[in-house]
Amino acid sequence: MSAREREGHQGRVRLHVVTGKGGTGKTTVAASLALALASGGGRVLLVEVEGRQGIAQLFDCPPLPYEERKVAAAPGGGDVLALAVDAEAALMEYLEMFYGMRRAGNMLSRFGAVDFATTIAPGLRDVLVTGKATEAVRRRAGTDRRRGGRDGTRAPFVYDAVVLDAPPTGRIAQFLNVNSEVAGLARVGPIRNHADKVMETIRSPETAVHCVSLLEEMPAQECLDGISDLNGIGLNVGSLVVNMVRDPLFDARTLETAAAGELDTEALTRGLKAAMLEQPEERSRQLATEITEHARRVRVEAAIRRRLSAVEYPMRELPLSSDGITRDGLYDLAGLLREQGMA
Amino acid sequence: MTASRPPNGAESPVFDTDALLDDPGTRIVVCCGSGGVGKTTSAAALGLRAAERGRDVVVITVDPARRLAQSMGLHTLDNTPRPVDLPGADAGTGRPAGTLYAMMLDMKRTFDEIVEAHADPERARQILANPFYQSLSSSFSGTQEYMAMEKLGQLRQSGDWDLIIVDTPPSRSALDFLDAPKRLGRFLDGRLLKILSAPAKTGAFRLIGAGFGVVTGIISKIVGAQLLRDVQTFVTAFDAVFGDFQERAEQTYRLLQAPDTAFIVVAAPDPDALREASYFIERLGADRMPLAGVVVNRTHRTATQGLSMEQSLAAAEAVAESGDHALAAAALRLHAERARMEAREIRLRERLTAAHPGVPVVEIPARPEDVSDLGGLHEIGEAMGNGGFQSRTGGNGVSG
Repeated sequence: MSAREREGHQGRVRLHVVTGKGGTGKTTVAASLALALASGGGRVLLVEVEGRQGIAQLFDCPPLPYEERKVAAAPGGGDVLALAVDAEAALMEYLEMFYGMRRAGNMLSRFGAVDFATTIAPGLRDVLVTGKATEAVRRRAGTDRRRGGRDGTRAPFVYDAVVLDAPPTGRIAQFLNVNSEVAGLARVGPIRNHADKVMETIRSPETAVHCVSLLEEMPAQECLDGISDLNGIGLNVGSLVVNMVRDPLFDARTLETAAAGELDTEALTRGLKAAMLEQPEERSRQLATEITEHARRVRVEAAIRRRLSAVEYPMRELPLSSDGITRDGLYDLAGLLREQGMA
Repeated sequence: MTASRPPNGAESPVFDTDALLDDPGTRIVVCCGSGGVGKTTSAAALGLRAAERGRDVVVITVDPARRLAQSMGLHTLDNTPRPVDLPGADAGTGRPAGTLYAMMLDMKRTFDEIVEAHADPERARQILANPFYQSLSSSFSGTQEYMAMEKLGQLRQSGDWDLIIVDTPPSRSALDFLDAPKRLGRFLDGRLLKILSAPAKTGAFRLIGAGFGVVTGIISKIVGAQLLRDVQTFVTAFDAVFGDFQERAEQTYRLLQAPDTAFIVVAAPDPDALREASYFIERLGADRMPLAGVVVNRTHRTATQGLSMEQSLAAAEAVAESGDHALAAAALRLHAERARMEAREIRLRERLTAAHPGVPVVEIPARPEDVSDLGGLHEIGEAMGNGGFQSRTGGNGVSG
């Protein structure tokens, strides 16, 4: 696929799955992507599936219930709604929607079957939570939700896009490939049919999986492994988002000499004297230590960036916010994602 | 520094990992914490440190990324403990060196071994070939935690090592790791499976009465008759061999409460990881599991003391205005960034220690390069043993 084709393809994506190793800030990226996609009047649903309430913390609102509610207004009149999918509630809803059996759900609950479906078998759990996310992708205005929207309906979609804050990259292929998980267990039957329907959306060009990485060894490796797993099961990889990138403070030559431990500390001392700092010689030695460490880190980061940019997917970068992410900070990140053509 | 002094009592004691590792009464160390905090590396570093100090150690990792293998210079790790070559062992360090073994948990292999050890060959073959068993043993959440505990129990019983260090599975939360073994046991012994496996003519069935038909009817309607049949076949074979699985789960759970077990909570200096750490500390307390201390991994401390972020930025602007001294300006900006990060990390840590006063804490400095060999692990172990570079109040961190 050429870059141009991919950009065109990107335009049709309506389910954005965001994954990344723990600690890479994938919830932040998912939230800012949702804001970016809603900018200019869109309606976007941000879905959380791991029960961590990370979205509520980011948007500074009370814990999310199992209910779609507005968490932010996007620039230009858009709306971001959020939903924390709870597997047990999703199972009850599923029973109600497809079988009209809420009472049956209560009975299953008593016999431990709900515990089984929602916590013991990740395959079934994943069918339930991805089922909810893909239902939101397909949902059309004014249709009977029980049927999940009939084919041929031309009513507009309820959501322009759905952003899924997904499990970590190590588990993403397994999570999205609910079909094979269920296929091993149920060769026929309603659960199997449901899984097939979920897979239809996930495999379609409407879905793209974005991998978040840092310029660190382990997250980058997990990101590359995740991409190859996703390719292996034929899912669409969207973008690679390199998060928490720091501004370059020094030119390449300074970094080189610093990394080698040969920084010109006398020049540094003269500068500190000019700044009227006390004990300029001692300060200069201490600062040189910091620069040397920094330079070694930058060298490692450059090598990791080279490895990441070797994959064929568009690479976006987001800056480090050393004070942590605030609600306002999300809007800045959303703007940067738009500038880089991700939304 | 501008970081505010913590309120009284918020300063925590230094976590002395060497004392813990040197104590012959410490037989099991469990490293837990949320994903991405460096749990695996910490477990490996503790293992190496303990071996260097004379213990015979085995490290169990359950991380599928084979990171422990890499950092220990091993290409393959499998379900059997393999020796790690310790370079210092014959270098005459003056200390009686111990030994270090490492293994990576293969949960399917571990489960298969339990089946093979307990069932007669025919029954074992039946169980291993059942589709439901295959899913249960390879991908059900809870199986990994259960098997980690099972393996821990086996290694403890073998008596081949005097210290076992466990790196816990990358669970979604603290709750998962502690609850999963019980949950799997409860499921395998549970009412649901008993119903599914109960032949219609037994007394158990009669007691349950009409509920039986309704429940299996609903389950069959949802999952399909074929899956239901597979489960029933599996349960019948499994039950005949194992009896009380929950009892086994509770035994391994009790092992974690034993006085010779120590938990180490690993965290990174960010809000999510510290919140999870806090949650873990509370949970361990509630479950009467012995917490030894907290490792705050990859912290940033400036090498330049007594130069605040504000002073540094002001000085950077002053020299930048002069047009000369670009190096000094950039150096001061870098320092300002570090001072800000340091202040933030100290604030976050103070929140943890204020909520859990008295819990020993050790900080491990972030390294410019990632750990890829035993040398790196050795340095981390050393930093842990030296109390890291435990920060004092006011952020006057001492560089390690």
